[in-house]
Amino acid sequence: MKLYNYMAYELLEKIRSGEIKIIDLIEEIAERIENTDKLIHSFVNFNSDYPISQAKKLQKQINEEKRFGRLIGIPYANKDLICIKDYPTTCCSKILEGFKPPYNAFVIERLIMEEQAIHIGNTNMDEFAMGSSTETSCYGPTYNPWDLTRVPGGSSGGSATAIASGQAIIALGSDTGGSIRCPASFCGVVGLKPTYGRVSRYGLVAFANSLDQIGPITKCVHDAALILEIISGKDPLDSTSVNVKVEKYTDMLQNPIDNKIIGIPKEFFGEGIENSVKHSVKKGIEKLESLGATTVEVSIPHLEYTVPTYFLICMSEASSNLARYDGIRYGKITEDLSGDVFDVISRTRGEGFGPEVRRRIFLGTYALSAGYYDQFYIKALKVRRLIKDDFQEAFKKCDVIAGPTMAGTAFKIGEKVDDPLQMYMTDLLTCPVNLAGIPAISIPCGYDNNGLPIGFQVIGDYFEEGQILNVAYQLEQELNIYRKIAPVK
Amino acid sequence: MIGLEVHIQLTNLETKLFCSCKTDYRGSPPNTRICPVCLGLPGSLPVINKKAIEFATKLAIALDSKINNYTYFFRKNYFYPDLPKNFQISQYNKAGGKAFADGGKITININSRKKDIILNRIHLEEDPARLVHKGSIATSPYTLVDYNRSGVCLIEIVTEPVMNSPEEAREFLKQLKSIVQYTGISNLDLEGAVRVDANISIKGYERSEVKNINSFKEVERALKWEISRQKTLLKRGKELTQETRHWDDKRRVTISLRTKEFEEDYRYFPEQDLVPMEISEEFIRKVKEELPEMPNERSKRFQEEYSLSEFDADNLVLDKNIADFYEQGIKLDKTFGPQEFKQYCNWLMNDILGWLNENNLQINETKLRPKQVVDLINSIKKGEITTKIAKTFIPEMMKGLDISEIIKRKGRKRISDRSYIESLCNEIIENNPKIVADCKKHPKAIEALIGRVMGKTRGQADPGLTREIMLEMLKKRKIIE
Repeated sequence: MKLYNYMAYELLEKIRSGEIKIIDLIEEIAERIENTDKLIHSFVNFNSDYPISQAKKLQKQINEEKRFGRLIGIPYANKDLICIKDYPTTCCSKILEGFKPPYNAFVIERLIMEEQAIHIGNTNMDEFAMGSSTETSCYGPTYNPWDLTRVPGGSSGGSATAIASGQAIIALGSDTGGSIRCPASFCGVVGLKPTYGRVSRYGLVAFANSLDQIGPITKCVHDAALILEIISGKDPLDSTSVNVKVEKYTDMLQNPIDNKIIGIPKEFFGEGIENSVKHSVKKGIEKLESLGATTVEVSIPHLEYTVPTYFLICMSEASSNLARYDGIRYGKITEDLSGDVFDVISRTRGEGFGPEVRRRIFLGTYALSAGYYDQFYIKALKVRRLIKDDFQEAFKKCDVIAGPTMAGTAFKIGEKVDDPLQMYMTDLLTCPVNLAGIPAISIPCGYDNNGLPIGFQVIGDYFEEGQILNVAYQLEQELNIYRKIAPVK
Repeated sequence: MIGLEVHIQLTNLETKLFCSCKTDYRGSPPNTRICPVCLGLPGSLPVINKKAIEFATKLAIALDSKINNYTYFFRKNYFYPDLPKNFQISQYNKAGGKAFADGGKITININSRKKDIILNRIHLEEDPARLVHKGSIATSPYTLVDYNRSGVCLIEIVTEPVMNSPEEAREFLKQLKSIVQYTGISNLDLEGAVRVDANISIKGYERSEVKNINSFKEVERALKWEISRQKTLLKRGKELTQETRHWDDKRRVTISLRTKEFEEDYRYFPEQDLVPMEISEEFIRKVKEELPEMPNERSKRFQEEYSLSEFDADNLVLDKNIADFYEQGIKLDKTFGPQEFKQYCNWLMNDILGWLNENNLQINETKLRPKQVVDLINSIKKGEITTKIAKTFIPEMMKGLDISEIIKRKGRKRISDRSYIESLCNEIIENNPKIVADCKKHPKAIEALIGRVMGKTRGQADPGLTREIMLEMLKKRKIIE
């Protein structure tokens, strides 16, 4: 069987025992990418030279020193907005053409420098993480390997498709309103968004800094737990990272869940949710009950306000976070340098940013402007508080919350990209989690009539990653569909 | 009506406000004190410099300002080549934010009255980068950006528009400089350490804002010029518009910047990469304990302990180094009393300060020691030297020479100062009428007069010159032919 069918923790055992050499794994991955990426377009750039030289170097270390990083030799796909020193990082935007960060993100120091995963390439994403379909990338869209006429979800589309199609074993994405969980759901893989502050954002190019979090995208819950253990923790360079003990998540997976109370929010099963999704998720809930968990109905009464609240906040923050891109210090400056410095900056940004990014910057600027600040931004912050309180109320009655990740399955390429409001609505079930700052995981729980993956979301209270991983793991093992690699058709 | 916004750079902070780059950029090659954070590179995040909070607390206490118990940072959004992120991390007292501290005051002495200049607020913010032009900003073919300064900590002090003249503004800044010096947070003599924006309006008319005043000395000049510009326009029946003007310190005029129909909208909102910081009462108390005695307290104490006048004490305490020198000095001689205290003060404030200003030096950049002034005073008391002669010792004292050493050296020198000898001769003549009368009958009596002059100068007066002058004077008075 091809090595990319295995989970990371299984490959690590094989590498440590000597059953396989790292180079075998890398070569298979390279071959897989070569065979499939013309169709899927997971990667912005892929070159096998570096991974191969790393494989040899690490193998030597294993042979001679018997020393192993916790992820040694595991092929890692990096979303194009996590900074890797001297590696082209563009957030899939023309405006960052040529930019190579002079430093590593915190998570990269952990994953690659300390635990010795092998970076194989940067993955495609919606430009500056703004999107739910990976259609706004300046390099063109990524295609869902379950049905190449459909979107993989976004904004971490390339990371999810790489995992789903066996082009990489582990990946990181970023989640601001659902950007890890949405593609995980559409591509039938596992995606985890940690509690805000659990994982350092140092080196994560900011989109909306009160919402962004980095998280793992993997084929199985065990791998996600392993990565989370490695990348979590207080970082002195990120003031918003929190000093809370990082538990051994991998040890918590096997805990029995017969004492768990699972809250089912009635609003998560409302009108807009597709029947196939409702059906599949309900089946998943039944499986959890069969394992001994009890369910209770909860409510997130302000759910209907989450999308506008989320977008007002993230657009406002984005309008400021993206102000630095003016082509003066790095990135691509306009070729027409006529006029004064403000003309040049405007032109650079007009040419360098795609339409969705420009739309959000305009709206965000407007929402923050004098006369509108109170009625838009401040209002949104107040509603955000209400949504957070909704979840806190719910967690008084249950340990974790469960429901669908997305209202439907992967839609067709081009179907929603011209209707921004419709596109924004796809974040309905994922963005409340970011607004509250709580952790959530998506795992595949079934397929619709077209064979498209459906995602099951488990949401936990602050820093309860251990619990949601535990519940997700138990469900995953029961369902036992996680080993299926996408057919790439 | 004048209001000031004073930006002081915390030059005594070793690292920048949000990263650990060193702040010693003066004299460093451009773009060598930078990192991803102060360059605003994608993915970089600010982290607060705790010492900066301590420094701001010190200043707020010294200015009698009410410190808010949580401090928040906000973003001030605008595009400009000196802002690497195209926003400045600052603090804002509206839109849900708070200044670091509200209110406060500085008491000034103007026209022999005391006046409290009330402050509106003080807050922290990061310095933008430094723009470098070839010559004047208006004619330079290019602008260079040096990010060494980007991210350095600034404290902004905003006054209420309660100053009524450029002189009051000058006095305010004098006191502020002194207070800042005492807190130890900044050396405002360094280039670029202080920047002032002024709001000026003539009562009843629109105000103008004058920016880019880069030293305390320039403020009075800029204010005077702007007020006269406004008065002239009014006299000609022209209208005054609310505008922003730029102080050109080379041409010494304010010039109108690009006029805008609207005020710049900075879209202030919270800086989400930083978390609110508690400034506890306990912390404030600890910082207050570590503050040295502030100028106004010190002046009061000097008045009580050393019987100095309010005027003398107020001026003596202005420069902490000079005030420290003073206290060290007068304590060296236990016999010193109010008279000597006053004399010591005079020596410092007149001759020594005068020499320092002329030579553009600070007192601790010289080798002058407190004991030398003590010795000087005692020397005069003992009659070894006259006050006038003592004044000439200052340059040597600055080199660190003991008074006894200077006297020895100067002792070999003859006094040939004509006017000085004339005044001595005059004095001797006035005080010795009998001997003068004697000169009419016995010309040799002149020796006695000359002798007295020599006595008065401990033998240093030039004998030939003295004789010449004495003869002249006696002739003039028709005592002799």
